[in-house]
Amino acid sequence: MSSIHAPHTTPGRVFLGTILAAAALLAATSMTACGRSADAAEVSHTQIPVRVANDKIIGQEMATLGSPPNVPAPITRDYATKVIVNLDVVEKTMRLADSVEYTMWTFGGSVPGSFIRVREGDLVELHLHNAAGNTMPHNIDLHAVTGPGGGAKMTLTLPGHESVFTFTALNPGLFIYHCATAPVPMHMSNGMYGMILVEPKGGLPKVDHEYYVMQSEFYTTGKFGEHGLQSFDMEKGIDEKPTYVVFNGSVGALTGDHALKATAGQRVRIFVGNAGPNLTSSFHVIGEIFDNVYPEGGSVASEHNVQTTLIPSGGAAIVEFGVEQPGDYTMVDHSIFRAFNQGALGTLSVTGQAPNRVYAGVKSGVTDALVGKE
Amino acid sequence: MFSALVAAAVLATLPHAGRVAIPAGTYLPLYAASATSRVHVAAFHMDQQPVTRGQFLRFVQARAEWRRGGAARALSETGYLSDWKAPLDPGAATLDEPVTDVSRNAAVAYCAWRGSRLPTADEWEYVAAASQTSRDAARDPAFSAHLIAVYSARAGRKLTDIRRARPNAFGVSHMHDLVWEWTASPSAAHAMHHAAMTSAEHMACAAASDGATDPANYAAFLRYAFRSGLSDGSTVHTLGFRCVS
Repeated sequence: MSSIHAPHTTPGRVFLGTILAAAALLAATSMTACGRSADAAEVSHTQIPVRVANDKIIGQEMATLGSPPNVPAPITRDYATKVIVNLDVVEKTMRLADSVEYTMWTFGGSVPGSFIRVREGDLVELHLHNAAGNTMPHNIDLHAVTGPGGGAKMTLTLPGHESVFTFTALNPGLFIYHCATAPVPMHMSNGMYGMILVEPKGGLPKVDHEYYVMQSEFYTTGKFGEHGLQSFDMEKGIDEKPTYVVFNGSVGALTGDHALKATAGQRVRIFVGNAGPNLTSSFHVIGEIFDNVYPEGGSVASEHNVQTTLIPSGGAAIVEFGVEQPGDYTMVDHSIFRAFNQGALGTLSVTGQAPNRVYAGVKSGVTDALVGKE
Repeated sequence: MFSALVAAAVLATLPHAGRVAIPAGTYLPLYAASATSRVHVAAFHMDQQPVTRGQFLRFVQARAEWRRGGAARALSETGYLSDWKAPLDPGAATLDEPVTDVSRNAAVAYCAWRGSRLPTADEWEYVAAASQTSRDAARDPAFSAHLIAVYSARAGRKLTDIRRARPNAFGVSHMHDLVWEWTASPSAAHAMHHAAMTSAEHMACAAASDGATDPANYAAFLRYAFRSGLSDGSTVHTLGFRCVS
């Protein structure tokens, strides 16, 4: 309980201070009477906790990283541990679209980068290794980190070098990470982002499939679809006019043979991130409704029955839904030109038996009445 | 090419072969007291090309302590000359390529051996601001876009033949297209002024644009960020150097 010190200036102000102190004492008493002392351990949503890294750390383990669109298996531990994460920065020329290549800068050799999964309270020891053949220095800012720069200030790493830093995953939720080396927009435009899930201590509800989808933009000197090796166009970036808006690093990364898969009757969770660097995503799955949304990647599934969820640049969301009806479901940024003309398309392919009454075509043909009217 | 003719003329008057006379002038650094405070650079001479593996071989032949594993090994990281076949064998096919994996300490020793020194960051940036046609192209969007493409294209590419020189308007070649280059340690006075702005911490966040004279000069940000990660013993496979006098 805070105490109030009466100022020693004038008798009048001393009197006022005494009244305030008495009022504060009364308030404290009444709170105790209601069974809630001021230093209660319980943290309600209306309180703002100042967190303490005091979970007992038991043992250590090497993190298994997820390669998009896959994520590591859910954590079964019910205690905190030290998790060692090895992230390799790789610069390499990769496919951006058919016959279009781009020199990507990656965390772990993929765009988006490797998916990291830890538990709330874990002590994470992150090793950032910058491959010797790379040209640029890189670092990492994880939005799951509490501390200036989110790790970036401690991890500027030259090619052929490694940086190590530790942090405690204080807040549960789905967070993005990215390179924050100057010029940041170029490092991010070249593919340097990924996601880290800090599972709440109780874990997430069980589902049949978990997937990792991340939207991002590319700014290329050539137009959309122009063949050959493209390079970064800074002016288009400054103008916020991307050439490509894609899921998982390239046009078609989640379509055709690469579609996400599920069977009718199953439950699906998608960890959706938006690296930007500029645009906000209106994430939508055509023909599905999100039963649960953890807005902006927070740890509470506060929204239900959602058609389209907004994902800020540098943010994330978790969406969960049961799949009832077989068929192909198209994931889009519902800023629909981006889907139609810039690549923001993916597919969830659902197989299995169609249930009764969920969805059925009844008739398709020329309507006599309409013909008559014409 | 006009610039090639200039270069040829300059080469003919060199104090020693391969070094170009750079006239005094001014340039605008990425970080300055204000967006208009140009920095004066006195006249000097600069190597026309980065130091090659062949040239560095002659240095380590003469100065045994700078061979890989030599007496001065504590002054460089373990990556020092790590891709040489042997301490006195860079590989015959690579003699014309820029030497890399050398620390600042070794580069300083090499330049001193030749009676010269490393360029200051101001001298290096002053010359690097030249395109093939203009001595100060830092604000030329086409030159900036060219440099961004050049820096990115170096990823995963083998160092190319150093003799294919296309000099800039000063008559100097390969400032950008092959390797990063060492500059001298900042002087104490300079460090006082600029350390905060060019530190690894400042380069490690979106705030790096704060205080920059041109937030759109991404090529310069890439160079400053690279330098901010270096210490005197660092060795990097894409980092070489050239000398000045």
